[in-house]
Amino acid sequence: MKDRYVARSRTVAARQLGEEMVIMSASDSTLFNLNPVATLIWQAADGRTLLTKIVEERICAAYEVAPGEALRDAQEFVAALASHGILLLADSPIPDSSAEPVKRS
Amino acid sequence: MSLMEQLNRKALSLSVPLSVHLDVTYRCNERCQHCYLEHDGENELTTAEICGFLKQFAATGVFFLTISGGEPLLRRDCFEIIEFARELKFNVKLKTNALLIREQQARRLRETGVEQVQVSIYSHKPEVHDAITRLPGSLSRSLAGIRLMRAAGLKVTFANVLMKSNARDYPGVQALAAETGSHYTLDPTITPMLDGDSSVVAWRLPPEELRAVFRNQRLVGNVEDFCAPPPPIDDGIREGIPCSAGHTSCYISPWGDLYPCVQFPLPCGNLRQHSFSEIWAGSAQLGEVRSIRAKHLSTCSSCSHLGTCTRCPGLAFMEGNMRGPSSADCEKSFLRTGVVTAGMLAGHAVSPLAPPRSGLVQIQLPSSLGTLQSTSP
Repeated sequence: MKDRYVARSRTVAARQLGEEMVIMSASDSTLFNLNPVATLIWQAADGRTLLTKIVEERICAAYEVAPGEALRDAQEFVAALASHGILLLADSPIPDSSAEPVKRS
Repeated sequence: MSLMEQLNRKALSLSVPLSVHLDVTYRCNERCQHCYLEHDGENELTTAEICGFLKQFAATGVFFLTISGGEPLLRRDCFEIIEFARELKFNVKLKTNALLIREQQARRLRETGVEQVQVSIYSHKPEVHDAITRLPGSLSRSLAGIRLMRAAGLKVTFANVLMKSNARDYPGVQALAAETGSHYTLDPTITPMLDGDSSVVAWRLPPEELRAVFRNQRLVGNVEDFCAPPPPIDDGIREGIPCSAGHTSCYISPWGDLYPCVQFPLPCGNLRQHSFSEIWAGSAQLGEVRSIRAKHLSTCSSCSHLGTCTRCPGLAFMEGNMRGPSSADCEKSFLRTGVVTAGMLAGHAVSPLAPPRSGLVQIQLPSSLGTLQSTSP
């Protein structure tokens, strides 16, 4: 799959609860509860970083996981959230995103 | 278990206030006959104060934020507050009468990402709705605002408070909600005023009307299930908390007073004097509320309805004892199931439709619990 930029949508509500992230889509009121790994991807989705780099720097650095496997899981995850309008995907950096840097707790 | 239930459990385990109801003003452009508020607007929180408190809420983990009043849009800074709340990624629900909604406001709410807007509609008949709001033309104006919000793509919910004066009008309100593509909720609860004045309770739905509501399939779904006698009570129910108020949710008044709930006027601290996290973690009043388990309730712990009753600790508090029964909920449990409540037996609540209290009252409980007998005084 082609490498892409990911950004958090500005239309969602989101809050970190413990190590997990709670997200609700304003468009269809779907509630998501992201596990700690998915939360790392969400926090890093600033619209300026490629997914491969996020996986390499955030996931593979923190978990013992094969890079290829981690990337496949991450691609599935971002595609699922993008289908609900929660993440934005693009071939080029996404300048007008709400992707302000999220402080890691 | 649903994701929302999991979320609530996790918030409870982490002592996180998942939901805050913030009344930004008590001023209102309607004068609803059953309203529990005085419409005083002096010394309200400033824009800067509210925005500062919103930052504190976010830092403490609040996710669901209800902005209400009074009529919140009477504040000139209401959109500024909502937009700031959305910048902080709250899930924002707005309660408004929609009288001040024009196309521009509807579009702005949608662009801001407000998750839903709730509007109180009492009747499909202007003469009934307007008599309740005491504002001529209010139904027409509220519906116009609702249509603009729907056209802008907002999710709207009709909140249909039922009382004596509109008891039979809910089918008409349901039809209006459907016609506008809105959701519909019905609430038969009339709350005493926050200052303790209970005169507005006289507007409560008569028991026979409430019983009919509980047997309306269009409102409750499966009537047989909804009105079934209460199931056996187990330790999980006895050890459970009676309500989320003060545990994962709280209410903030337009002056920064923190209460467990809008219906639970137990002052727990003021945000002008202490930070939100200080009050949330350190309030003795919240500590007392949180210490109460179902098994500690003075009368209700022995009631067969313990696991299914909608008992409101705030209404019980307003009746004098936060651990006691709420007579309105005793009545609801009885009218729903036909099974007399412990509160009724103890004389806390009396329903005109209940069996006479003279002589021996016998309640058949599930066989595993045997038969409870009680003699009236």
